[in-house]
Amino acid sequence: MARQIGLSVERLEDPTLLRGGAKYLDDLSLPGQLHVAFLRSSHAHARILRLDVSQARALAGVHAIITMEDLEAYLGTVRMPLSASPTKAVAPITPYILSGREVAFVGEAIAMVLAQTRHIAEDAVDLIEIDYEPLPVIMSAKEAIADGAPKVRMEAANNVLNRMHVAYGDVNEAFSGAAYVFREDILQHRGCGHPMETRGVIAEPRMDGSLNVWSSTQMPHDIQTNIVEILGIDDNALRIITPEVGGGFGPKYCAYPEELSIPAAARMLGRTLKWVEDRREHCLTAVQERDQFWSLEIAVEADGRIRGIRGELIHDQGAYALKAVNLPYNSATAVPGPYMVPAFEMKVAIAFTNRVPASSVRGAGYPQAAFAMERLMDLVAKELGLDRAEIRRRNLIPPEKMPYTKPLKARSGAPVTYDSGDYIASQEQVLAAAGWNDFRARQAEALKQGRYIGIGLAHAVKGTGRGPFESGTVRVNPSGQVSIFTGAAAMGQGIRTTLAQICAEQLGLTADKISVVCGDTGLAPLGLGGFASRQLVTAGSTVLLASREVAKKAKKLASHMLEAAEEDLELVDGKVKVKGSDVGVTLGELARVLKGAPGYAFPPGLDPALESDVKWQTEALAYSNTSHVAEVEVDVDLASVKITRYIALQDVGVRVNPMIVEGQIRGGIAHGIGNALFEQMIYDETGQPLTTTFADYLLPTATEVPNFETIYRETPSPLNPLGAKGVGEVGTIPVTAAIISAIEDALAPFEIRIAQTPLLPETLFNLIEDSRARGLPHA
Amino acid sequence: MKAPPFDYHRPASLRDALLLLKQPDARILAGGQSLVPMLNFRLLAPQHLVDLSQIDQLQTCVITSEKIRIGAMKSQRELENSAELARVAPIFPEAIRQIGHRQTRNRGTIGGSLCHLDPSAELPTLALLHDAIFEIASTEGVRHASAQDFILGAMNPALEEGEILTHVEMPVWRPGHGFAFLEHARRAGDFALASAGILVAVDSDGRIARLAICIGGLGDRPIRLAAAESELIGAMPGKDMFDRAAAHIAALPAEGSIHASAAYKRRIAETLLKRALETACARAAHMVSVA
Amino acid sequence: MMKQISINVNGVTHTRSVEPRVSLGDFLRHEIGLTGTHFGCEHGVCGACTILVNGVSMRSCLMFAVQADGCKVETVEGLSHAGAPLHPLQQAFRDQHALQCGFCTPGMLMTLIELLSETNNPTEEEVRDAISGNICRCTGYQPIVEAAMQAAKAMREEKV
Ligand code: FES
Ligand code: FES
Repeated sequence: MARQIGLSVERLEDPTLLRGGAKYLDDLSLPGQLHVAFLRSSHAHARILRLDVSQARALAGVHAIITMEDLEAYLGTVRMPLSASPTKAVAPITPYILSGREVAFVGEAIAMVLAQTRHIAEDAVDLIEIDYEPLPVIMSAKEAIADGAPKVRMEAANNVLNRMHVAYGDVNEAFSGAAYVFREDILQHRGCGHPMETRGVIAEPRMDGSLNVWSSTQMPHDIQTNIVEILGIDDNALRIITPEVGGGFGPKYCAYPEELSIPAAARMLGRTLKWVEDRREHCLTAVQERDQFWSLEIAVEADGRIRGIRGELIHDQGAYALKAVNLPYNSATAVPGPYMVPAFEMKVAIAFTNRVPASSVRGAGYPQAAFAMERLMDLVAKELGLDRAEIRRRNLIPPEKMPYTKPLKARSGAPVTYDSGDYIASQEQVLAAAGWNDFRARQAEALKQGRYIGIGLAHAVKGTGRGPFESGTVRVNPSGQVSIFTGAAAMGQGIRTTLAQICAEQLGLTADKISVVCGDTGLAPLGLGGFASRQLVTAGSTVLLASREVAKKAKKLASHMLEAAEEDLELVDGKVKVKGSDVGVTLGELARVLKGAPGYAFPPGLDPALESDVKWQTEALAYSNTSHVAEVEVDVDLASVKITRYIALQDVGVRVNPMIVEGQIRGGIAHGIGNALFEQMIYDETGQPLTTTFADYLLPTATEVPNFETIYRETPSPLNPLGAKGVGEVGTIPVTAAIISAIEDALAPFEIRIAQTPLLPETLFNLIEDSRARGLPHA
Repeated sequence: MKAPPFDYHRPASLRDALLLLKQPDARILAGGQSLVPMLNFRLLAPQHLVDLSQIDQLQTCVITSEKIRIGAMKSQRELENSAELARVAPIFPEAIRQIGHRQTRNRGTIGGSLCHLDPSAELPTLALLHDAIFEIASTEGVRHASAQDFILGAMNPALEEGEILTHVEMPVWRPGHGFAFLEHARRAGDFALASAGILVAVDSDGRIARLAICIGGLGDRPIRLAAAESELIGAMPGKDMFDRAAAHIAALPAEGSIHASAAYKRRIAETLLKRALETACARAAHMVSVA
Repeated sequence: MMKQISINVNGVTHTRSVEPRVSLGDFLRHEIGLTGTHFGCEHGVCGACTILVNGVSMRSCLMFAVQADGCKVETVEGLSHAGAPLHPLQQAFRDQHALQCGFCTPGMLMTLIELLSETNNPTEEEVRDAISGNICRCTGYQPIVEAAMQAAKAMREEKV
């Protein structure tokens, strides 16, 4: 069995992408399609008093304008189902498919125009007359939950979506018996996912009543479920297809109103409809993570060992919930991270505000938890006069305690167990690579020249490979073609190549001989999709097991045909061969036999088709861990930060394709740099978003992102047959913490404490000015 | 995000362009790097766009050791890459390199930027720094305006309806002058939060003999630090002089944005001014005659 | 209001009647079906739509098709044809894993094609500056820089 796992094989996806031949959603053009543009709310909160579409309807090239009333008459409901939830939503928390009475954020869809071209559709949107009665606007989650706050939505009982209490251990005792207690208030904002390809939907109703829907999504199966529920369409008549997807990063993890309104209107009118979100719409309507207000206390022993952590978290959910709310839960439960925290308590309030709904962006609440925890570690180090690495060493979970069970409950109700990893060795290794111990001398030298340089360290763990399962079928056709069909979603990460490698190794092939079909509910009717760094672990394990089954079956049949014992057979170059000879039979020939011929029986003990269908299940999460060191230089007169060096150690278990893993990590770090220094979705007090262009919402570009030095440790996860751990988000999670720590270190002479992210230049300027006003730095 | 409908005209002569501009609600289309996004966002909906790209007369560029005269439709990138310009007025490539990105400099024009007048744009700052003369054509004839008179604020050039900026002319400082153009933006290529352009000549003793300072990005337009310029004649370059210059920033009008408050912008401008002065003075050759 | 225009794209002349407001990018994508050029923002910041017009890089979302009447346009589809080997820059992108979702890739490639036509020995800093107007959410840029350096080297060696 020639090794494939562990090789940086060229990606199967690349040639078509590089030649401009890949078909993303907007590259598809169906005969007779009409183009859709939406009228969206220009108010953050208002009642709709009047909607007059007559002028718009009269414009040449406009075919129809659909409002909430039209949809309601057709569907019998206009409320979205709650996605990713085992049960239906009980309270009115989901958005409207189209909104007609009250709007609760800028960008909420009110009407859809169907026209000959997108240009005309937009012309018509401008002609729709609408009168609003503005209602009070709530922009702050803190204000939202205050007594007597005006309501974000008139229909809701109040502005609290939910309160959660996460706790274990004797927290009171931990604090009352502590040598020291320190506290910190932290404001965290995470912006938008901003895949370079925006969202988009095409719906094609057919004469026979069936419906094909293309969507640029991470979650085709969720969309399938939603459309079936709302349209009452036969499951078998509906097919969701994801074309090439130009990045996910979270915004495509939700099923959106457009993914229902467009299929509904298409069926209503019997027309093929196409909508491509533009970047402004993406800024207004795609989910963001946004604001969390943290107040934390940490109780420590005299030597800095943690006794307990407690605090509160207020999370800004926006006006609605698209799916079961997981972000603040992730944030709250992930705080202890790689550390031993004997007692823990977080009170979480999830507040509605008049903004677009919040949901996961790469990292899904974990970066905020890591930032909060690492800030606490730095605070304790400073207060106790300890090195920041030393305080961490004293508190990291040591390897001999693995697997380490936290008295926390995962969403499934199962305890949180870290399966593997050596956090202390990880820290030592990254510190050695970074020259941590020599840095003070370098820093002092720089300071003599008036330069402020700093270094920061941060750790994180991430539960990856969320189950309960992923589907996969491995099939050999009589032509010899090997195909994989999976419910996993490809969104640019190279999952096709990775799955092909896993399969190839079992079948004695190379990855390029295997084709992988992802994200098509017609070809893989069951699946969960792409999120939570899950697909390598879940789909990878599924494909591994299915491929092994296929290999076994091939050997079994070949042993009949070749009259050789199974143990004497091997799979090489697409053939089952007798070891040490040229005698063999190709996989294609074996598949032809198992395809069956009328009247001929299969050999004894063999059933039809050279294929296997597996749905590998898991309840546990495989924990990746990561230790990052950032070096920065701060120009104190411009309040600007330059990242001068970045060293990232990961333990992501077995790396199936190290090149792809490296790509995920680098991209993840760059995303984290955006979160640390650039990306903020800004609104004015009336709820108008001010950052709806790429000139205002700043993504890091090539001139802001340094080269990264990466290091890998490979502790295989015992939880899955691959030994893999997820890799899509872990690179992002510690970045804000490492960078902010480095900035604070650089500015030590200014005695600045930074308790927020992103750290925008304006904030840094104000912090520096304040210090200067206090006579700092001392001459 | 599609542009609203308009009629498109591509005249081959300035005369035709001027006539076309007389139609109701007509606008000039130069490089389109600012106009087209505004159309795509539907912030504007003109009935006619008059594309000036085929008018040869607007493409001319004359560079001598006394002056430079640039046609309004010259692309920014052509100037950036002009060896001639780099020789006589090296501040130009230094500043132009900081405009947007190569793709927008390829398409963006000198005249387009000078008429769009973003307060932190490099070209208006350079024009003001050089006491440029703007040449403006209409069906009535040609008139001239000084940079001070032409630059009235963001997106507010002193152009009457039907007028076209055809050329801009700037006197060139003598060989050996010092120069620097510094700006600071959130990311490379973004509109600057503030910028500082300096031209300086020093006499044989090393003292400031002639000085021009222009600050961009603070208020609604770039601004010359005339008071500092005259105050510092005869001063010796050095920290003291740089501080004295920077002290003038406090009096300048400044407006905050989502990226930087007025106070922060002023701090940036002070810092850039000091640094730019230091660089410019270091680059200046000691000269006997500077006039 | 329609205008008749002729644009030579990757060596083939296309004559069409278009509305003046149709961007060059939309023309390429939807009029003549060359969908390799992508739109990431349609307001001139992301660079995904970068193409070459008369040999220089431009953003095809900030140009109307009518403005390109009579011009020579090069797009990603012109770099290499299916079946033929990849262009050295494309090959370098593949080798260095300089693309993930591939959405920014055509714009990156066309921008770097221009840079490499100006210099076959760029510094890493020059490469970063050249692509500073092209946003990539996936790669963290480093592999794109490495790919440009590899391609420059390959192109230098080819010339010798
Ligand atoms: S689509 Fe043209 S720059 Fe973004
Ligand atoms: S590869 Fe996905 S945006 Fe660059």
